[in-house]
Amino acid sequence: MTRISVTVDGTRYEDDVPSRTLLVHHLREQLGKVGTVVGCDTSNCGACTVLMTDPDGVPRGVKSCTVLAVQADGREVTTIEGLGGDHPVQRAFHERHALQCGYCTPGMVMAAVDLLREQPDPSDAQVREGLEGNLCRCTGYQNIVRAVQQAAAELRGNEAAVTQPVGVSGP
Amino acid sequence: MIPAAFDYLRPTTVEDAVAALAEAGEEAKVLAGGHSLLPVLRLRLAAPTLLVDLGGLPQLRGVRTDGDTLVLGAMTTHAEVAGAPVVVDAAPLLAQAAATIGDRQVRHRGTLGGSLAHADPAGDLPTAAVALDAELVLAGPAGRRTVPAREFFVDYFTTTLRPDELLVEVRVPALPGWGSHYLKVNRTAQAWATVAVAAVVERENGTITQARVALTNMGPTPVRAVAVERALAGVPVDAIEAAAAHAVEGTSPASDTTASADYRRHLAQVLARRALTAAAGS
Repeated sequence: MTRISVTVDGTRYEDDVPSRTLLVHHLREQLGKVGTVVGCDTSNCGACTVLMTDPDGVPRGVKSCTVLAVQADGREVTTIEGLGGDHPVQRAFHERHALQCGYCTPGMVMAAVDLLREQPDPSDAQVREGLEGNLCRCTGYQNIVRAVQQAAAELRGNEAAVTQPVGVSGP
Repeated sequence: MIPAAFDYLRPTTVEDAVAALAEAGEEAKVLAGGHSLLPVLRLRLAAPTLLVDLGGLPQLRGVRTDGDTLVLGAMTTHAEVAGAPVVVDAAPLLAQAAATIGDRQVRHRGTLGGSLAHADPAGDLPTAAVALDAELVLAGPAGRRTVPAREFFVDYFTTTLRPDELLVEVRVPALPGWGSHYLKVNRTAQAWATVAVAAVVERENGTITQARVALTNMGPTPVRAVAVERALAGVPVDAIEAAAAHAVEGTSPASDTTASADYRRHLAQVLARRALTAAAGS
């Protein structure tokens, strides 16, 4: 067992964890943060994406199935639950119908938040490339790109883009 | 999929890390970003009894210049290699290769040293290091030694690193005035290279004075396309097409579910021509 101290969604937790425990399992099973899901379990699908601070203090998107809980010692982690439910990216996913089954959504939203931190005004191609680490098997991505663009516009403070009518979604 | 149990150490000095490795012998593994190692552990393809985590060694992370040499700490992440202005300026090939790895999340965690030490023949950074004649600094119980990248890679997932040694630093000589390009074909987003080519070219008045070409996934280690390089010494830029046909010489590509060896040989020639053309024009 190794003693770790991790701040998750603003609360600091001290726990003894087996060294082989993956961060995603620590979040779900020890801390009850079940908003973060396990998808492929092979670091492909990105469903388990959370933000974790680097030593420089910047939170960056990581796949929590490929991080050991002990590697998160001393770091701050933000899960989908830490966004509060009314984050512009969450709202945009809802309004733009950017999910069907919803399983990829927690990771997709966190990856989008991470992308917009670095690229506040991305092109559609940059959104697609920025989300290449997240797989969705039902929406076809079109509405996900639209949602990320809507959230980007809102986060930039561009009210005009936010209030334009939601069009009929293409295939 | 949960790894088999292991002991865990997070040393704060390179000396302590080396001492831990020396004591544990072949049963220990070094944990850098974990994006090659953790999948291997979860699939139980390996079950080391000890992981030595380099996450407590911030001194191994970061990039600086030392005269005409770019010096990168082994724990520098792919995202940092791809984005650091000093790398983009002094070794754009390395930055370009790092930017093609995996996806954003993977590049946030995966490290330069981890990629080189893992020595996957489909890895991008080993090929870039070989093309750039990088030198790798290894720390062991008796001190440090420097190994040229061309001698570091021995076989599939095998390097000259001894069990009690750590890769701590990568030194890349700057090539002012050279053009470079890294070109990779992969089947899907995030996928490893089916084949990739790293090309570095020095030009003078429309003539190529010298070129270096290295290939990804065309054998058990990164391969220098020596025959292409020989064909490009002191020739006009339009000699690239003929020279690129030599890209398959000395290679031994595998056939697997992604591609046949024949297809890889075809790709190597096409990508060599395109990468060299881009490098000569950039």
